[in-house]
Amino acid sequence: MWIYEKKLQYPVRVSKCDPRMAKFLAEQYGGADGELAAALRYLNQRYTIPDQVIGLLTDIGTEEFAHLEMIATMIYKLTKDATPKQLEEAGLGAHFASHDSALFYNNAAGVPWTAAYIQAKGDPLADLYEDIAAEEKARATYQWLIDMTDDVDLQDSLKFLREREVVHAMRFKEAVQLIVDDREQKKVY
Amino acid sequence: MSTQTLDEQYYAQLLQLQQYDFALVELTLFLDTHPNDMQALQQFNQLAQQRRQCAQQFEQQYGPLLQFGQSYSRYPWQWAQQPWPWQV
Repeated sequence: MWIYEKKLQYPVRVSKCDPRMAKFLAEQYGGADGELAAALRYLNQRYTIPDQVIGLLTDIGTEEFAHLEMIATMIYKLTKDATPKQLEEAGLGAHFASHDSALFYNNAAGVPWTAAYIQAKGDPLADLYEDIAAEEKARATYQWLIDMTDDVDLQDSLKFLREREVVHAMRFKEAVQLIVDDREQKKVY
Repeated sequence: MSTQTLDEQYYAQLLQLQQYDFALVELTLFLDTHPNDMQALQQFNQLAQQRRQCAQQFEQQYGPLLQFGQSYSRYPWQWAQQPWPWQV
């Protein structure tokens, strides 16, 4: 089971109301390489991955939910004081018409999240290579997001998330090696 | 907690807890792929103990961090009180 902890993994501060950035940040909320997709991808793959990698998928999948909450906090803080007119000017008119200021799992272009974004092949190497690619794509997205804002407070939180993608990719690469080593050892005996 | 004004100390204590948790998340993921690293394991257990004390202090002052019985509550029920993480 899971226990919720009433705190963010890392502080999220924003220095201004900025619905334009909120719209772009949705890419990491409900996008193909976003935090929701990451959490659901890993936590679903773990049931059929070799035993020595289950712990890693469980822990990274869980951490992704903490990142999802950080992104949600950014979007919430960037839009909570925006008027409908400001939302419309930021390209969020269609969002407002359907959701008011509520968050929704869609990407930056407004396309709703779909399970088609994620895969589970049952083949451990195929799954782990997808996971490594997902982390690298998310890292790239965070870099573009950092480049798109001059809000240093927001940049600080985004840089933390970008670095987490780097660490996750590294751990997944080690997991690939653990499985490869294990297979070679089995061949010897 | 809702009537309590969040002072500088709240943010400082929260940050300290987040710093412990950062080290512990890092060590957790590292140990997941390096289960035989004794030094990392010792660091993990040591920090886990310090983290527990830090969390206990925070909870005494600002209310429960966990629920389903993982944290205590004063009267009236503190869990559902503000602030939630995105409100600070």
